[in-house]
Amino acid sequence: MSYIGKPLKRVEDARLVSGEGTYMDDLSPLPNIHHAAILRSPHAHAKIIQIHTEEAEKLPGVIGVVTGEQVAALTRPFPVGVRVPVKYYPIAVEKVRFVGEAVAVVIAKNRYIAEDALSLIKVEYKALDPVVHIEDALSEESTVLHEEVGSNIVNHRFFNYGNVEDAFKNADRVIRKKFHFPKVSATPVENYGVIANYTKSEDAYTIWANFHGPFTLHSVMTAALKVPSNRLRIITPKDIGGSYGIKSGVFPYMVLMGVVSRILGVPVKWTEDRQEHLSASSSGTDRVSWIEAAVKKDGTILGLKMKYADNVGGYIRAPEPASLYRTHSNATGAYRIKNLEVEAIAVVTNKSPTGLIRGYGGPQHYFPLERMMQIISEDLGLDVIEVIKKNLLTKEEFPYQTATGGIYDSGDYHKALNLALESIDYEGFKQKQKEAWKNGKYLGLGFACIVEPSGSNMGYITLALTPEERAKSLPKSGCSEGATVSIDPQGGITVRISTVPTGQGHETVTAQIVADALGVDPASIRVIAEMDTVTSPWSVASGSYSSRFAPIGSSAVYQAAQKVKNKLLEIAASQLNVPAEELVISDGKVSVKNDPEKGVSLKRAVGLAHWNPEGLPNGIEPGIHETAFYTLPVAKSPNEKDIVNGSVTYGFVFDAVQVEVDIETGEVKIIDYTTIHDAGKLLNPNIVEGQIMGGLAHGLGAAMYEELAYDERGQFLTGSFMDYLCPTATEIPKVTIKHIESPSPITPLGAKGLGEGNTMSAPVVLANAVTDALKPLHVSIDQLPLSPDRIWSKIHNKNTVKM
Amino acid sequence: MSNLSVQDKVKISFSINGREIEGEAEPRKLLSDFIREDLGLTGTHVGCEHGVCGSCTVLYNGKAVRSCLMFAAQADGSEIQTVEGLAVNGQEHPLQTSFTECHGLQCGFCTPGILMSSVEMLNSGEEPTTQEIKEMLSGHLCRCTGYKGIIEAIEKVCKPNACKEGEN
Ligand code: FES
Ligand code: FES
Repeated sequence: MSYIGKPLKRVEDARLVSGEGTYMDDLSPLPNIHHAAILRSPHAHAKIIQIHTEEAEKLPGVIGVVTGEQVAALTRPFPVGVRVPVKYYPIAVEKVRFVGEAVAVVIAKNRYIAEDALSLIKVEYKALDPVVHIEDALSEESTVLHEEVGSNIVNHRFFNYGNVEDAFKNADRVIRKKFHFPKVSATPVENYGVIANYTKSEDAYTIWANFHGPFTLHSVMTAALKVPSNRLRIITPKDIGGSYGIKSGVFPYMVLMGVVSRILGVPVKWTEDRQEHLSASSSGTDRVSWIEAAVKKDGTILGLKMKYADNVGGYIRAPEPASLYRTHSNATGAYRIKNLEVEAIAVVTNKSPTGLIRGYGGPQHYFPLERMMQIISEDLGLDVIEVIKKNLLTKEEFPYQTATGGIYDSGDYHKALNLALESIDYEGFKQKQKEAWKNGKYLGLGFACIVEPSGSNMGYITLALTPEERAKSLPKSGCSEGATVSIDPQGGITVRISTVPTGQGHETVTAQIVADALGVDPASIRVIAEMDTVTSPWSVASGSYSSRFAPIGSSAVYQAAQKVKNKLLEIAASQLNVPAEELVISDGKVSVKNDPEKGVSLKRAVGLAHWNPEGLPNGIEPGIHETAFYTLPVAKSPNEKDIVNGSVTYGFVFDAVQVEVDIETGEVKIIDYTTIHDAGKLLNPNIVEGQIMGGLAHGLGAAMYEELAYDERGQFLTGSFMDYLCPTATEIPKVTIKHIESPSPITPLGAKGLGEGNTMSAPVVLANAVTDALKPLHVSIDQLPLSPDRIWSKIHNKNTVKM
Repeated sequence: MSNLSVQDKVKISFSINGREIEGEAEPRKLLSDFIREDLGLTGTHVGCEHGVCGSCTVLYNGKAVRSCLMFAAQADGSEIQTVEGLAVNGQEHPLQTSFTECHGLQCGFCTPGILMSSVEMLNSGEEPTTQEIKEMLSGHLCRCTGYKGIIEAIEKVCKPNACKEGEN
């Protein structure tokens, strides 16, 4: 019986539907915990002249107030992977650089008193000119945020692959466009939470947080705290209420609360509220892209020039500026484009700092790329599908190496595209659209091809440095993850993982994999997903991000289970006097392949290892406790030509979406959303469907409703869920999901990651669909979200221009 | 009316999940905080404290309310039900079962609140249309699921055969 690939119900659910889930705010691991409230900056950019805390400190129940100066005295600025000396502390020191930046922390008996005390703190500020827009930050004229950097550009790299000059020389047409992608967040329903305790005797910090990695950030935190790495113990709760990358941004608060606990001598707890979360947690970058395509009349794309500038907010913090480079290896998407020039820039402005978010860099990247496919076809008078097909990689080309070094492991992009066209009746639609236009109805169809990278290679992040700069330190590569499978003396199987799930069902899939390997019922297996950096099997790449569980985390589990299996087979072999190769393991016992009657129970083989090591074959250790670490050899460090394979597996998504635009109101209605997926071997179809729908809802939100908005003075405008609009059940359209399976040849189970693809595709596919619908009005979408007012003014302006 | 300072506690008693409780709280203490901190029932979650996300939803005299928008003192004398009170004699409520079967949750943070609103809908005795289910759900944010599994889970209890079965 194989459990992998089956839609098993999740083992997590029983506790979650009954209120027995254990989230961060539910924890109370120590006595005498005190509560924090944070005073935040009302200014986008200002000098702090003085902070008066005396009145607040006098309030009964208040233990103390901590400000930036005290924190800076005990810490170092967080290290970050760029060369510029940006000083980023978890709390403002001397200056504030965005609305919502922490300025003081009050610790009190309870949260109510701590918040009362906030209003008693007086801060004198001297307001400075803010920088809000990317293009302003690029100009030398703009006010500099970080004096020690001397400019608002904090990372700037040029890349050149193939022969771009020739490509542009040989082109029939060169098409240029500019696009804006907004600043959006993923707003998990659970906010950040931290409990921190400093013990003086050990000079050690123990910090509980709903932090899910990447655990490269552990080293960033220990550097800031100035302690040896084993003096920072991070523990995560059993359950985390969603993240989609956003909660990796809790790390500055972990350090802040650690230091506050140290200064005030009590364990402290901080639970973020929603306004804090929206104004000052983390988000994706907003991006301006300039793109130029060199094309032949038949639609062949000879080369691309892309320049993009990401806004990382008031401070550049790890893992930024990785948002610029996450898609570098798949920069040319699903197409055969060998000549590519990239200019990547990160700027700081007076907005909140950014970090990981579902799709990381992908939505920003595919927005210009896939918009261009439609623009090119329009320019050349060709059908967009024809242009896509002309450039789309064929099955025979896999494994395919991209211009930038990505190694697409497997796929059949044309099959996915054809499946989509069949399922939407493309030819029929074109007829319908013409009719509709005649009747004043604006129907549109948009497409998007997304190569979905999963399982990040630690090495790609170092693309922020030039090859010369990289050469000065140890190369970075790999995507290591660990897992431990153990069996106790009575036969109980426990698995420990370090993938820190935030709702993706890793416990369930882990149980499926181990059940298959050891021939037991998955329900009998206990999976411990809580991370504890002192006791869990982890490495720098551990954690939950870049859809890495399916290609990497699950592989570590698989390898650890194989180790246990092999040990059990050897023990059984010596008991049965049969070579291990002739044995199979199933239904709770080890038996001889050709003589199924002959065998020993699993319990007995396990028992021997614990209770009677004397009976073990030579060279076999007692106990059953195996850890495996897994990485993939394709995750190499970038070479001196900036060639890198940034992810280990590459899935594919093809979207075809039909909309209707009401030109009177500017409202966009999604009529049908068809999405075709290829994520290799699917480990659990239920979970797969949930991940796809969730990722799609995020992409849809960014396309249609969501934006962390600021005014011209850098004042933050969307501090509640009344202002920051997330899709609810009534906004989700009819979605048709179909799969094809091109197993990855490089992962043991053939699986690839998924769940981010539609976050990348939805913004651009909707922009394409709306543009298609408004073709008679010559409206071209280059900005999101597709809010009615924006669409309406686009239509309106066009009309006035024409009249 | 007497003058209370914020820190003068008031006595509160109500029934929660069928159990009578007595307690004290500052007049400004939110019902959601009282349930979580004073009663230790952490199944009721807090996601926004401004009445939009719905994760703090409980039944107040049978009606779904946002406990972050009520003071604990307002619950005096009422009957409150939280997610912890849904199972009867260790038997899951049919909605709890259907949420699992239809993969109606991922991180589970929004789930208790949605369950409580769904229970109210179910208890009304009227069979809702899918559109009505969606409208009820529009008072809740779920950032994980895209709502599909949630809608199916609720339909399943109201209209049999609407959800495809899991393996076991
Ligand atoms: S916490 Fe009450 S509605 Fe969000
Ligand atoms: S399941 Fe995570 S928010 Fe709904």
